[in-house]
Amino acid sequence: MYKEIVIEHFMNPRNVGVIENPDGYAQVESSVCGDMMEIYLRIEGERIADIKFRTFGCAAAIASSSLASEIIKGKTIAEATQLTDAQIAEELGLPEPKLHCSVLAMSALHAALEDYYKRHPEARPQSGEAPAAPAQGEHA
Amino acid sequence: MKPIPPEEMMSTRRVIYMDHSATTAVDPRVVEAMLPYFTERYGNPSSLYRLGAEARTAIEAARQTIAELIGARPKEILFTSCGTESDNLALRGVAWASRHKGRHIITTPIEHHAITHTCEQLAHEFGFRITYVPVDGDGLVDPEDVARAITEETILISVMYANNEVGTIEPIAEIGRIARERGIPFHTDAVQAGGQLPINVDALGVDLLSLSGHKFYAPKGVGVLYVREGTPLLPTQTGGGQEFHRRAGTENVPYIVGMAKALELAYASLSEEAPRLQRLRDRLIEGILERIPGARLTGHRTQRLPGHASFVFGGVDGEAILVYLDRANVAASTGSACASGEGTPSPVLEAMGITGRQALGSLRLSLGRENTEEDVEYVLNVLPPIIEKLREFSPLCPDMALR
Repeated sequence: MYKEIVIEHFMNPRNVGVIENPDGYAQVESSVCGDMMEIYLRIEGERIADIKFRTFGCAAAIASSSLASEIIKGKTIAEATQLTDAQIAEELGLPEPKLHCSVLAMSALHAALEDYYKRHPEARPQSGEAPAAPAQGEHA
Repeated sequence: MKPIPPEEMMSTRRVIYMDHSATTAVDPRVVEAMLPYFTERYGNPSSLYRLGAEARTAIEAARQTIAELIGARPKEILFTSCGTESDNLALRGVAWASRHKGRHIITTPIEHHAITHTCEQLAHEFGFRITYVPVDGDGLVDPEDVARAITEETILISVMYANNEVGTIEPIAEIGRIARERGIPFHTDAVQAGGQLPINVDALGVDLLSLSGHKFYAPKGVGVLYVREGTPLLPTQTGGGQEFHRRAGTENVPYIVGMAKALELAYASLSEEAPRLQRLRDRLIEGILERIPGARLTGHRTQRLPGHASFVFGGVDGEAILVYLDRANVAASTGSACASGEGTPSPVLEAMGITGRQALGSLRLSLGRENTEEDVEYVLNVLPPIIEKLREFSPLCPDMALR
C-alpha cells in the first residue's frame, strides 16, 4: 500500500523531537482519524533555522511530517509557505484514503507560524507578501 | 534472543503470520480433497446424469459431515458463499418471515459489520427496532440484559459466539436458554469460533449459526448457515430450488467439499491444538504486558479464543505498529481508524469503554496452526522496541504517564 519513500521516512523520520523555547509552536489534530501533530519552530530573521515535530498517527502521517520538515528546514518563511499538502502527498505517492495525513503536516506548519506572528507581530507579512494562512484543502 | 532494534528488523526470515482471525492458509489436505471437483467431477448437482449425481453425492456427504460436527441434522445445513452471507441471510431471512409478528431485534454493539450493518438497514429501511444490549469492560454480554430487552415484538436475538477484535467468548448457552424459554429464534455468528471452540447447536441452544470456511483452513468464498428445523426464514436469494429452496444458486461443489474436510480436520485435532494455542497465547499476553509499559489486554483474560491476543498501547497508532511489524515480517492487524479506512475508532472497543486515542493504538495477534513458540519469542523481541520507537515520535507520550 505504501511506496518505499513513505516507509523510509516512517522508519527514519527526520527532525523528530522538541525545541526548548521555540519561536513558534502548534499542536493540531485531524478530525478525520484522530491523528495529532505538534511542531516547533526556531526562526532566525526570515529563515526557519530549525524545525522539530512529533506525530501520533499512521505511517503516512509520520512520513508526511518528516518530509515536510526536511523540505522546510533552512528555507525562508516565504519559501516554506509555498509548500502545499498536495506536493507532500505527491512526493510520497500517498493513496487516496491517506491524503488527509499530508494535510495535517501543512496545517501544523501554518499554525506554528501563526503562533510566531502572535509573538512577533512586526514579522507578520503585509498584504501583498506571501500569505502564511493555509492556502488550500484543509480537512484537519 | 535479545531485543531486536527496529533498524535491524529487515530480516529475510519467513513471514510470521499472526492474523488467523482474518483468514487462514488452505490446508493441503483440503486442497487435495477439492481438486477432483474442479476438473473430473465437475457436474452440476442438479443434473440427472451420473456426473451430476456424483457432485450431488459429494455435497450431501459434506452436509452430513458438517451436521454431525455441530450436532445438527443435514437438512438444517445451508451452504452459502461466506460468513457475511450467512449472517445476512439469518437476519434478513428471519426478519422478513416474522415481520407480521413483530419488528424488534436484540443484538450487541460488538457484532461484525455483517450483523450491525444489516440491522441498521432493517431499522432504517424496513422499520425494525434494534436493541443493542451493552457489554462490560471485557466485552461480555450479560444474559440478564438480553432477558430484560425482550418484548412481545421481539422476533430475533443475535449474539456472536466469539468476538473477532477482542477474542471474548460470549455466554451463548445461557442466552440460548433464555431465548428458548421465551420462544424467540436465536442466531449466533460463530465465524471466529468455527474449528476453534466446540460447537453443538443443542448445547448452545441456538436456532441459527453462521460459519465461514476460510477461518478454519478452507478457502475463502464458502460458508454455512445452520437453521434449526421450524425456524421461520424467507430466502433472500431466489432462483432455483437449491439448499431446500432457502438459498438459490448452483452449489460451489469443490469449496463445499473442502470446507467439510477442513472442519473435520479442525475438530479432529482440537483437543491437542486448542491447549497448544492457549499456551502460546498466554505466553504472548504475559510477555507483552510485562515488556511494554502501558500495554493493556483487551477482551476477557481467560474466556477468550485459544489463539487470540489483543491489546491497546497508549500513545501510538495501530496502523503505524502494523507497518513496522510488516517490516519485521510479522503479519498482524488493528482496529485503528486510519487502517480500517472507516475513519472512526473501533465500535467494539468503544462499547467496552476504551475510547478516543487509546482505542487507536490497538493490535491483534491471532495465532494458528503454523505458529510456534519461536514465533512468539520473536514477536516478544521485536514488538517492544517498535512501541518504544513510535512513542519517541509521539506528542502524547509525556501526558500518558507510561512509566
